[in-house]
Amino acid sequence: METLHLVAPGDVITTDTGFMRGHGTYHSDDGKLVASVAGVVQRINRLISVRPLQSRYAGEVGDVVVGRIVEVQQKRWKVDTFSRLESVLLLSSINLPGGVLRRRSAQDELMMRTYFTEGDLISAEVQQVFSDGSLSLHTRSLKYGKLKKGCLITVPPSLVKRCKNHFHNMLCGASVIIGNNGYVWISSMEVDQEDQILLNPRDEPDTTREKDIAITREERETIARLRNCIQALVARKLTLFDTSIQYTFDASRGYEVYTVYVQWNLR
Amino acid sequence: MATFSASERRKRTRGDRKSVETSLALRQMFESVIMRELYPQSKIDIYIQVLQSDGGNRCVSINAATMALIDAGIPLKDFVCASSAGYIEDTPLLDLNYLEETAGGPNLTLALLPKSNKIVLVQMDSRLHADHLEKVMNTAITGISRVHAILDRTVKEHLQKTIGTITA
Repeated sequence: METLHLVAPGDVITTDTGFMRGHGTYHSDDGKLVASVAGVVQRINRLISVRPLQSRYAGEVGDVVVGRIVEVQQKRWKVDTFSRLESVLLLSSINLPGGVLRRRSAQDELMMRTYFTEGDLISAEVQQVFSDGSLSLHTRSLKYGKLKKGCLITVPPSLVKRCKNHFHNMLCGASVIIGNNGYVWISSMEVDQEDQILLNPRDEPDTTREKDIAITREERETIARLRNCIQALVARKLTLFDTSIQYTFDASRGYEVYTVYVQWNLR
Repeated sequence: MATFSASERRKRTRGDRKSVETSLALRQMFESVIMRELYPQSKIDIYIQVLQSDGGNRCVSINAATMALIDAGIPLKDFVCASSAGYIEDTPLLDLNYLEETAGGPNLTLALLPKSNKIVLVQMDSRLHADHLEKVMNTAITGISRVHAILDRTVKEHLQKTIGTITA
């Protein structure tokens, strides 16, 4: 195993001028390549960058994120995704209820609050990254949209493994959405299926027809147990993906739900 | 500053002169050290609460803010390390405590970027003869290099511990 090159801000990485400067580095006045964050040096051919331990989420096109609506503006929503700047969800980037494809009218603008309001949690995909680093999201698929009846847990984005699929139906009977931005959503499986059925071709928003779905005690316990397992993985700084969560969950079966939290997190 | 931090319990008002001065000094300092080009149209808030105080509040705030920024992964040009020095009875003193600060002697606070030895903050209370200035500044600089060694070592140890468990 090669030794990791750990640096702190101000450390000189190399004095060789042949390298290109990546994230986390800068050129000092006398031409040396200096680190600007504390982390591991990564070298890919002639590019040197430093990856810090913890940082805000820097989005890439195609990432799945879970975000919280913080503001409703004229033709868009502002979403908090744990990035440096708030992400943007344009009115033209959401799926209108009923899957209807039509031009967004002035009526839609006035009804924006009925689709998403401040405080709602949504799952979305990154459509575009603007030049200042902010993200533009879209929910143009039936699997994205408002999240209901579940539990959110925030983890450092660096612990989320990049996967092909971020929507997992765990074997234990809950569904987990691992957002690339570190926001993880745990809910019971039945809720998602109900929402799919409710989307019928009619021109009214589906919030008025929301059925009150009762979640059983077993489902709540499963969700709580999953949440504590994820917290335990985060406390040990282990990467989060569906298999690691599943294994932790299986290993926790012998304990009471609250013991998982107390013992595994406070040790 | 917390009410229980000094030897006498005292409730500080929000805008008292010392805090405002320290806040302003911290702000100007970090505005030059943080690479702000990477954060367009954003605001970075730094909150400091002193829990135990026996002199050297300004220095400890600077050192603590540096560590916090490094932990948050915000790019900095270098560490910012600070130390205080004084001159009482013909002896330069390093890292004054509360009694030495309030005794009325000169109290020099110095903050440096250790790698390039650039001064980011220099403040002094009371009067000091120009002949002694260099001695006192050198004392402060030795103090700063010692603080920097400790901070650097702590950062590297913390990295070592956490990186060891993160799988690529």
